[in-house]
Amino acid sequence: MAQITMTQALNLAIDEAMADDPGVFCLGEDVSAKQGGGVFKVTSGLTEKYGEHRIRATPISETAIIGAAVGAALAGQRPIAEIMLMNFVGVCMDQIVNHAAKLRFMSGGQTPCPIVIRTTTGVGVGFGGQHSDMLEAWFAHVAGIHVVTPSNPADARGLMRASIDANDPVIFIENILCYGLKAEDPGPGYRVPLGKAAIAREGTDISIITYGRTVLDALAVADDLAKEGISVEVVDLRTIAPYDEATVLASVRKTGRALTLHEAVRPFGTGAEIAANIQEKCWDSLKGPVRRVGGTFSAVPFASHLEQAWIPNKGHIIEQIKASMGKL
Amino acid sequence: MAQIDRDKLLDIYTRTMKVNRTDEKFRELLMGGKVAVMYYCVRGQELVSAAAMAALAKEDYVVCTYRGQGEQTAKGIPMEKWWGECLGKATGTCKGKGGTMHITDPETGIMVTTGVVGSGLPIANGLAMASQNNGDGRVTLVSFGDGAANIGGFHEAMNMAQLYKLPVVFLCQNNRYGEHTAYADHTDSPTIASRAAGYGMPGVTVDGNDVNQIYPAVKEAVDRARRGEGPTLVEAMCYRMMGHFFGSDFSYMPPEHIAEMKAEDPLPKLRKVMLEHQFTEEELDAIVADIDAQINAAVEHALAAPLPDTDEIYKDVLEETA
Repeated sequence: MAQITMTQALNLAIDEAMADDPGVFCLGEDVSAKQGGGVFKVTSGLTEKYGEHRIRATPISETAIIGAAVGAALAGQRPIAEIMLMNFVGVCMDQIVNHAAKLRFMSGGQTPCPIVIRTTTGVGVGFGGQHSDMLEAWFAHVAGIHVVTPSNPADARGLMRASIDANDPVIFIENILCYGLKAEDPGPGYRVPLGKAAIAREGTDISIITYGRTVLDALAVADDLAKEGISVEVVDLRTIAPYDEATVLASVRKTGRALTLHEAVRPFGTGAEIAANIQEKCWDSLKGPVRRVGGTFSAVPFASHLEQAWIPNKGHIIEQIKASMGKL
Repeated sequence: MAQIDRDKLLDIYTRTMKVNRTDEKFRELLMGGKVAVMYYCVRGQELVSAAAMAALAKEDYVVCTYRGQGEQTAKGIPMEKWWGECLGKATGTCKGKGGTMHITDPETGIMVTTGVVGSGLPIANGLAMASQNNGDGRVTLVSFGDGAANIGGFHEAMNMAQLYKLPVVFLCQNNRYGEHTAYADHTDSPTIASRAAGYGMPGVTVDGNDVNQIYPAVKEAVDRARRGEGPTLVEAMCYRMMGHFFGSDFSYMPPEHIAEMKAEDPLPKLRKVMLEHQFTEEELDAIVADIDAQINAAVEHALAAPLPDTDEIYKDVLEETA
C-alpha cells in the first residue's frame, strides 16, 4: 500500500464521500480551486471533480458558513464546513452550540443536523494567541456534538469518513503539525467508528490518555521510559467526546495509574473530566492520584522559546509519570 | 400591483384570523392562569405572517423566531400538535422538548424556530443552498424583526445569499421595537430595506397592514427566488400591539404610538377589503366561528394530553440516544 500524508488522507476521505453521495458538499473560506484548494490544501483537486457548487468558497463569514451548513443539513444534505482556524469558532458559537448541537433534541428528534466542521489549530508554529488554541473542551461541554481528532493519517482517513456518515454534528480538529505525517494508506472505504479509542501502545505501569498531536509525545515518552523499565500504555481517544469510557477504564484498571495529556490549557480541560471519572469508577484499582498534563494557563505566546515553554513537552510528561510511580 | 383574486383573499383572511384567534386564545389561557408559559404575542402582525405564508407553496421552507406563532399556524401546523407543544405535552410537534420558542414541524415546512435574534437568516441560506444544490425548486422564507437587522449574522447572511443568488426571501417584520427598544433608539437607517442595496439585493418596504401591499410584495419575492433570480429583502411595516412577551411591561410605549397603531390595526382594514370584494359579514363571521371551534378542540386536546416521559431528557441528544 502507498504511503500518504494526513492531508492526503483527509482529501481522499472527502473525495470518496462526495463521489458516493451527491448530498455531500464542502464550504468554507478559500476552499475551492480558485483559491488553491484550501489554505492547507485539504480540498485540493476537488473543485475540478465536483464543481464550485459542491466546493463552495465563501466570504469570511463564519456565522454564515455554519448557518448555511446547519440549514443544508436540515434539508437532508451533508455539508462539510471549514472554519479555517479553530480560534475563529468564537465568531460562530451561536450557530454551533445553540443550533447545530441542539436542533435534534429541541425538535424531538425531527431535525438531526449532520454536519462536519473541519478546523485546524496547533501550538508550535508561531501563530500566536489567536491562531493556536485547542478548544475541544468548549465543545465537549455541549450535549449533541461529537468532537474528533486524528493523530495519524490512517485514522484521519477513517475518522473523516465516519464523521461524514454521522447523523449529528462533528467538530473535526486537524493539528497543523500533523498534516505532514506519513503512513500507510488504509485504502478506500476505510472507516474508524466514532466513539472508539485505540490502544496506540500497550503497557502495564501507567496509562496515558491523550489525543491528536500529543499522542506522538506520549509514544516518544513510552519509548524513553521503556529503557528505564517503565511500561507505558498510550490510549489515543480519537473521539474526544463522547469518549470511549470502556477502553479508558479498562486500561486504567489494568495499569493502576493514569495520566491525562492534552495541548489545551490544563484547568477545566477534558483531562480534568476524564480524571474525575477515572477516580470515581476505578478508585479501587488506582495506586495513586490521576495526573494531568496540559498547556500553560495563559495565551499561547509568539516567541519560539516561550511557545516551547508553554506547551506540554516530554519533560513534563516524564516528570509526572515518575512522580506517579514514586520514582522522583 | 396586480389585484389579489377572491380565492387568494379568502385564503389570506382565513390564515390571518387563524393567527389572530390563536393569539387571543393563548392570552385568554395565560390571563386565566390555565397555563403559565413564555408566549410572544403577535397581535398587530397577523396579516404579515398570513400573507407571507399564503405566498409560499406547501413544500417551501420557513425559518421563524420565538414570535413565530403567525408563521407556524398560517403555514398549517396541525393545531393539536401546535398547542400540544406550547403546553409542553408529549403530543406536541417536538414531544414537549422545544416549546413555544422552538416549534419545529418539517411536514409543514417549519424547519427552525430560533430563540436567538438574527440566527435564522444564516440557516435559511443553508436550506436555500440545499434547494439550489439539488434543484428541488423550493423557496425558503425567513422571518425576523427590525431588531435582528443589527446583528452580524444578518449582514453575513444577506451578503452570502446575494453572492450565490440563493432562493431565499428575507422578511423583516418591522414592528418598531427590538425587545423594549424603539426603532429610532436602535437604528438610524431610514428603513431596513434600504440596506439591501449595500449587498446588491433588491429591497422593498411595504405597509404590512395593507393586504394589497404585503401579499404582492412577498409573492414577487417568492417568484423571483423560484425563478433563480436570487434573494429579496421585504420589510413589512407593522405594529407589535403588546409588550415583548406576554405579561411584560410595555409602559415604554408612548400613548401616541399606541393610538397610531390602533388606527392602523390590520384586522378591520382586512375586513373592509373583504367586504369590498362582496364577502358578507355572515360569511366572514362563520369563518371565525369555525376557526374558534377548531382552536377550542385543539386546546382541550392539548390540556388533556399526557406529559412527556422524564426519560425524554436522555433521548434525541445524538443518534445513538434516539
